[in-house]
Amino acid sequence: MFNTVIEVILGLLLLFLAYKAIDSKELIKSVMYLSAVSMLSVVGFALMQAPDVAVTEAVIGSGMVTALFVFTLLSRKGVKR
Amino acid sequence: MKKFLALLAVIALGVGIIKTLDNNVSFPKYGEAVIESRVSNFYIKKNVTEENSEVLFGGSDYETGSANFVTSIVANYRSFDTLGEVTVLFISAFGVALLLGSKEQKRLELNFKPNFMLQVGSRALFAIIVMVGLYISIHGHLTPGGGFPGGTIIAASVLLLYLSNDKFRTNIRGFRFMQSITGALYVIIGLVGLFVSGFFLENFLGTGIVGNLFSAGIIPIVYIIIGLKVGSDFSIIIDSFLTKEVSK
Repeated sequence: MFNTVIEVILGLLLLFLAYKAIDSKELIKSVMYLSAVSMLSVVGFALMQAPDVAVTEAVIGSGMVTALFVFTLLSRKGVKR
Repeated sequence: MKKFLALLAVIALGVGIIKTLDNNVSFPKYGEAVIESRVSNFYIKKNVTEENSEVLFGGSDYETGSANFVTSIVANYRSFDTLGEVTVLFISAFGVALLLGSKEQKRLELNFKPNFMLQVGSRALFAIIVMVGLYISIHGHLTPGGGFPGGTIIAASVLLLYLSNDKFRTNIRGFRFMQSITGALYVIIGLVGLFVSGFFLENFLGTGIVGNLFSAGIIPIVYIIIGLKVGSDFSIIIDSFLTKEVSK
C-alpha cells in the first residue's frame, strides 16, 4: 500500500517535471528539470528492484549529462541562459 | 489551443497503449509474471546447459560464480554483445575526436572564473571519486553497477577537474593509449577462451565461491577492462568538447 502511494506520487511528479523541462523558456532551467526527472526515475528503478539500472541512470542521466549540458551552456557566449 | 490538442493526443495515445498492453498474454500484470516459463529463469538460476537448480550464496563450482546475475548475463552469457557496445563507444569517441580535434589545441574560454576554493576542493574530491569508480568496476560481480557506471564515474572526475580549472588539460595521449590497450585486451581474453575452451569469450577460469571478491572467473577481469575503457572513452570525448583549435 505504502509503496503504491509512493509510486503514484512519483509518476505524477515525473510527468509534471518532464512537462516543465519541455515548456520552460530558459535553457538552464530546462536542464535542471531534466536532471530532476532522471533523479526521480532512479528512485523509481530502485522501487522496482532494478538496482543496476538505477546506478547507471544515476551516474549517466543525472550526473554526466547534466554536467556536460551545464558546462556547455556556461561556456557558450550569446546564448540566453 | 495547440497545447490543448497536443494534450488530447497524448492522453489518447496513453489510453491506447495501456488498453493494448494491460492483461495481455504476453504482458502480464506488474509483478505477477511467471518466471519459470521464461528464458530469464535459466539466467537467474545460473544454469543454462544443465538441469535447473538453486544457486546459493557461498556455494561453489556453479556455471558462472557471480553473485549479481545481471553481471553474469552482461559479462558472461552475453559478453559478445558487450564487446559490440564497447566498440560502439570506441567509434563514437573516435568520431568526436576526428571531427573536433586538430594538431594544436587549447582550452575553451569559460564565461565564469573558478575561484580558489573550488579548485582545491575539487582536487580533494577527485581522488575519492576515482576510487569510487574503480570500486564499482572491481565489485561489478558482487554489487549493482559494474564497468559502465564505474567508467562513467571515472570520466566524471575528469570532468570535475575540467570544470574547476580553466587552464587544466588531461594527459590525453595516456587516455588514447589506455583506450586501445584495454580494447585489445578484451579481444585477447576472448581469443584465449577460444583456444582453451573452444568458444569465443568462454569463461575459462574456475568460478570459485559465490560472494568472494576473487570468484566468477573472467567476469571481474572483463569488467575492470570495460571500466577503464569506458572511462578513457568518455574522457577523450570530454576533452574534445572542451578544447578548440588554436587560431593563427
